[in-house]
Amino acid sequence: MELFNNLLLGFATASTLWNLLFCLIGVLLGTLIGVLPGIGATATIAMLLPITFQIGDPVSSLIMLAGIYYGAQYGGSTTAILINMPGESSSAVTAIDGYQMARNGRAGSALATAAIGSFFAGTVSTVLIALFAPPLTAAALKFGSAEYFSLMVVGLVSSVALAHGSVVKALAMVVLGLLLGLVGTDVISGSPRFNFGISEYADGLNFVAVAVAVFGIAEILRNLENEHERSVMIRNISGLLPTREDFRRMAAPILRGTALGSALGILPGNGAVLASFASYTIEKRVSKTPKEFGKGAIEGVAGPESANNAGAQTSFIPMLTLGIPANPVMALMIGAMIIQGIVPGPNVATEKPDLFWGIIASMWIGNLMLIVLNLPLIGLWVRLLTVPYYVLFPIIMAFCSIGVYSVNSNAFDLYSVAFFGLLGYALVKLRCEPAPLLLGFVLGPPLEENLRRAMIFSRGDPTTFVTRPISAFLLLIALAVLIIVFLPSVKKKREEVFAEENT
Amino acid sequence: MKSLTIDAVNGLCGLLFIALGLLFTYESWVLDMGTALRMGPGYFPFFLALLLLVLGIVILVQATRVKGEPVGPIAWRGMLLILPAPVLFGLTVRGLGFIPAVFLTALFASFASLRMKPLIAIILAVAVTLFSYVVFSLGLGLPFRSFGPWLSF
Repeated sequence: MELFNNLLLGFATASTLWNLLFCLIGVLLGTLIGVLPGIGATATIAMLLPITFQIGDPVSSLIMLAGIYYGAQYGGSTTAILINMPGESSSAVTAIDGYQMARNGRAGSALATAAIGSFFAGTVSTVLIALFAPPLTAAALKFGSAEYFSLMVVGLVSSVALAHGSVVKALAMVVLGLLLGLVGTDVISGSPRFNFGISEYADGLNFVAVAVAVFGIAEILRNLENEHERSVMIRNISGLLPTREDFRRMAAPILRGTALGSALGILPGNGAVLASFASYTIEKRVSKTPKEFGKGAIEGVAGPESANNAGAQTSFIPMLTLGIPANPVMALMIGAMIIQGIVPGPNVATEKPDLFWGIIASMWIGNLMLIVLNLPLIGLWVRLLTVPYYVLFPIIMAFCSIGVYSVNSNAFDLYSVAFFGLLGYALVKLRCEPAPLLLGFVLGPPLEENLRRAMIFSRGDPTTFVTRPISAFLLLIALAVLIIVFLPSVKKKREEVFAEENT
Repeated sequence: MKSLTIDAVNGLCGLLFIALGLLFTYESWVLDMGTALRMGPGYFPFFLALLLLVLGIVILVQATRVKGEPVGPIAWRGMLLILPAPVLFGLTVRGLGFIPAVFLTALFASFASLRMKPLIAIILAVAVTLFSYVVFSLGLGLPFRSFGPWLSF
């Protein structure tokens, strides 16, 4: 009954005209950037963060940002199917069979399958969030400093496990992120640290500036390395409605994909991407006709698409209930909350129930908007692909600059963008993933604060982390994850998965 | 005796982390350490910095064993024109005002691509400026001066 009341409050909040408008703007913008290659959801949300401050209402801002996130997944799969170019990494698998279906003249069915799968997964995972969020928040409210510390360690370690490439490099990126997060003033003693004599750094590095630089600027520079023409063939897309045979074949993969995605999405790192790959592998294994995979099997579209959408949605669970980001986008959402003066964590659900349930309900509404709006708009999205990249990035640069400046009206933040853009690009060239760095950056201050508080409570006894059962359990998980990624057999398998993803 | 070869990407990466690790180790060393019971501002960062240093050394050592892919092309022109663009905005937004600053930033960044032609760049910069003025100044009401003191005669 309480669940029903909560959802009712959520839908009442999310379906005000104003919030519906922001949800619509979010999903349209998300689809747009999902379709346009070279600009991802993380960069866009980073750039729009400061603007959300001007919107004023935290519920509307977060609804819009969430819309961009799942809208981008949607747009990404559209281009993956039509031109074999995944706009987002989570739709890379969809390109394999989706594009083949399009070449066989079944583009309409492929697009509809992706849309139906995503919508179903979105609906189920919305219910899952509504079911699991309250007990998790209740448990989280009992957490002490030691538990929080251990929980964050689990989050950071898993982000390392799910990063591309070398594990050691990802670990180094986390540590660097933590250190950068500590720049500013020590909260407990009030003494300045790591500000390198720059008084503007007294409040710490600007989160928006770092996020825009590391994800936006570094990405632009990478795209400028070799400019080549994109060939786009605009075809007429007909036969959007799948046949009865299609429906029969897609049902089981959608169910399996949804289950898999919902489970993996909660994991820190990029669960949604992992889920789509895992789903493809499973579908291929259970299929009676595995030879069809790679040649336009509808199961290869239905499963992964459901999995990545379910994963994208359930990654909101740790963010909303514990205040711990599962991926860079969630780290940005936490940034957006902080900008609006909301302290992320288990208190959000009790103190701001309209925000909490409003976001959850808006995700379902947003998914509905996507399925209703996008299928008729596919022609428009495809035409957008002809926009050349050199027209896009001056626009991005102008908006980046305006956005970062508008946070504090401080020109110094713009110089930080240039500096961290350079650092971010250098790290990308040295094949280091930026995602663990951003997670470390967000978690640095709370990690230290909880460590210090836990040590004071335990009178300087470090065994407090292993004698408190929940904390000990969490640390064991972190240790297990670390051991697993360093196991030779897993290491090899992990490299294979990511190698596939990069092609 | 095999000569010592170092993979360029991982070697540089290791050196970068070692340098950053040393920098942060020094910076936290001068801070108050405190004790494990009452940690000072330097305690936690000091151990993080040491960890970064160790990880940097591990990466450097690995670089002598495994040969990786080369660094690949570097966007020199992009770096030269993209990175200063926000700086340009920061330098001019107060003096020249919002409208000229947006125009200059977009125009400047345009030339990072070899494909951009001057006329298209100017049209694009004008369009971006107009759009930004309508959305940010009129729509969202950001409190920026459209034209700054440098332009008032």
